[in-house]
Amino acid sequence: MTDARDPLTPVGNDIGVVAASAAVAGAEPLLITAARSQWWDVWDQFRTHKGAMVGAAIFLAILALVVIGPLFVDMEAGIKSDMRARNEPMSLEYPLGTDRLGRDMFARMIAGGRVSLAVGLTAMALSLVLGTLIGVLAGYFKGLDGPLMRLTDLFLALPLLPLLLVMVLLFREPLTAAFGIEVGIFILIVSAIGITSWMQTARIVRGDVLALKEREFVLAARSIGTPSRRIVTRHILPNVLSPIMVSATLGIATAIITESALSFLGLGFPPDFPTWGRLLNDGVPFLELYPGRAFWPGLAISLVVLSINYVGDGLRDALDPRIRGR
Amino acid sequence: MLTFTIRRLLFAIPTLLFIALVIFMLLELAPGDPMANVPLTVPAEVKEQMRQALGLGEPVHIRFWKWIVQFFWIEPLNVFDHMFGTTFAEGKLRIISWQNRAPVFITIAERIPQTLWVVGTSYVVAILIAIPVGIYSAYKQYSVFDQAGTFVTMIGFSVPPFFSGVLVIIIFAVQLRWFPSIYDTRLVVDSWDSFGMQVRQMFLPVMVLALQITSQLSRFMRASMLDNLNQDYVRTARAKGLREKTVVLVHVLRNSMIPVVTVIALGVPAIFGGAIITEQVFKVNGIGQLLITAIQANDLPMVQTLTFIFAVLIVLFNLIADVLYGILDPRIRYD
Repeated sequence: MTDARDPLTPVGNDIGVVAASAAVAGAEPLLITAARSQWWDVWDQFRTHKGAMVGAAIFLAILALVVIGPLFVDMEAGIKSDMRARNEPMSLEYPLGTDRLGRDMFARMIAGGRVSLAVGLTAMALSLVLGTLIGVLAGYFKGLDGPLMRLTDLFLALPLLPLLLVMVLLFREPLTAAFGIEVGIFILIVSAIGITSWMQTARIVRGDVLALKEREFVLAARSIGTPSRRIVTRHILPNVLSPIMVSATLGIATAIITESALSFLGLGFPPDFPTWGRLLNDGVPFLELYPGRAFWPGLAISLVVLSINYVGDGLRDALDPRIRGR
Repeated sequence: MLTFTIRRLLFAIPTLLFIALVIFMLLELAPGDPMANVPLTVPAEVKEQMRQALGLGEPVHIRFWKWIVQFFWIEPLNVFDHMFGTTFAEGKLRIISWQNRAPVFITIAERIPQTLWVVGTSYVVAILIAIPVGIYSAYKQYSVFDQAGTFVTMIGFSVPPFFSGVLVIIIFAVQLRWFPSIYDTRLVVDSWDSFGMQVRQMFLPVMVLALQITSQLSRFMRASMLDNLNQDYVRTARAKGLREKTVVLVHVLRNSMIPVVTVIALGVPAIFGGAIITEQVFKVNGIGQLLITAIQANDLPMVQTLTFIFAVLIVLFNLIADVLYGILDPRIRYD
């Protein structure tokens, strides 16, 4: 019985036998493929996309630097001004030099990155939740399809950047009064970006849901009396996960660009509050003397967006079985 | 086709009205007060009269209606008068800016040429570059040119214009001193010298905008060509002995251009929106920069009108794209 290599070992009701045969399953290729989830396939496919792997590595490196950087870098040096160390060039003490108030640019870049990435991730999450909700509702419930899609069309016809600017102008004061300046502006920018960027996700999700709804497994689930809510969460949502993941990656990229654009136009975070867009904006007046001050934050934004776009490309290839393996 | 166009036109009207309402209601919440700059010594009742004169005392729906009438009837009448010397619009109240107490459309008319020059040139340049690049990299898929092109276009649409703008300023204006970094709008083109100057000052903003548009368009062109290159009709065309040039540049290109043309039409309003940032970087005083200054100065009629103009552009070009698609592709029939 304990000799698991015996090909005649009966795989029956005995739990011990099943466990034993599963334990040696590693040797048998047939059982391996059975145990693999589809995510391993996706990962294998993703790994072959060189650009996506490099992009993922760069993005994770920047994320790690921004998250654990404050443990190694004195963040105070990015806030307190030090008049004796103004406009320092790059050196060991100041890896990216100092600004005109003697603040360490490297510490400011890390602080700015925390805000920019946090805004990107939160705004992406918000727009995904909104887009998925509206997409699923419109695709699954026939009565809601017309009104919700007209709403999506209307939102697509809105001039987004001007409206974002107007929204920031209008709600800045009430929100800063209610939540304090930093949290208030954070909420404002995240919700403004989230509310204006869910439409593409909603359209894609709706299209997929419309097709999925007619499939046999949904019919089977309905025939045994599964309520709509559970059909959506159990059968529909897992199947629309791949387009949602692709639009998530692209969503982070656009959210980061939008936040930086708002900060760059002077309508984002307040001047003392570093974000990459804000730092870039602060650096522009000193372009002739200290080009690095505008260059580094811009490079950070571009690198993050570029790497995320590559990850999105790789994910799309990996998740779409029709183009897989080409 | 005609019924479809008419139906789309009719649907555009409620869409526009709804967008106008959204913009109007959003600005209704604005904390700004046009009387904030009036000295405190002016008595309250005089201030109230001034408010009335600006049309602020009336209920919301009446003001909304008046604004719509001004936008869609009185301002076009003014344009008509200006063109033909008639006086239909005499004595009718126009949309007045709170900043300079002049009709907003006069200021907008002053600013539009700069935007059109910069945006229009960059769009044309981008189309002229993107289409050949897209065709060639699709035809030679996975070649060195294709790999390099894909990488460059990926960079082109990942690098935001406020960084690429700053970058080209550092390189071409600060280091090499080839081009000016600031757009001088007072320049009058009346000689070859000033024309050269105009070209030089337009070069950098056009380059930044064109890079962005080129990347999007050439990716799209490449994908569209790839879709068509494997079709049966291409094999048939080759089989009957057509030259390769004819197959690619006539048969495949014509079919691939259908979606690309609609994307080009759809992109126009987005370019106007995107030009807001580029105009800010190069200090071009176009309508994007006008919008930013109006927002900073709390000039609500100006903001309202400009935002709505952007919305009109979007709706209009969506319509054009839909109709174009129907005309170009006989397989598409909206019935």
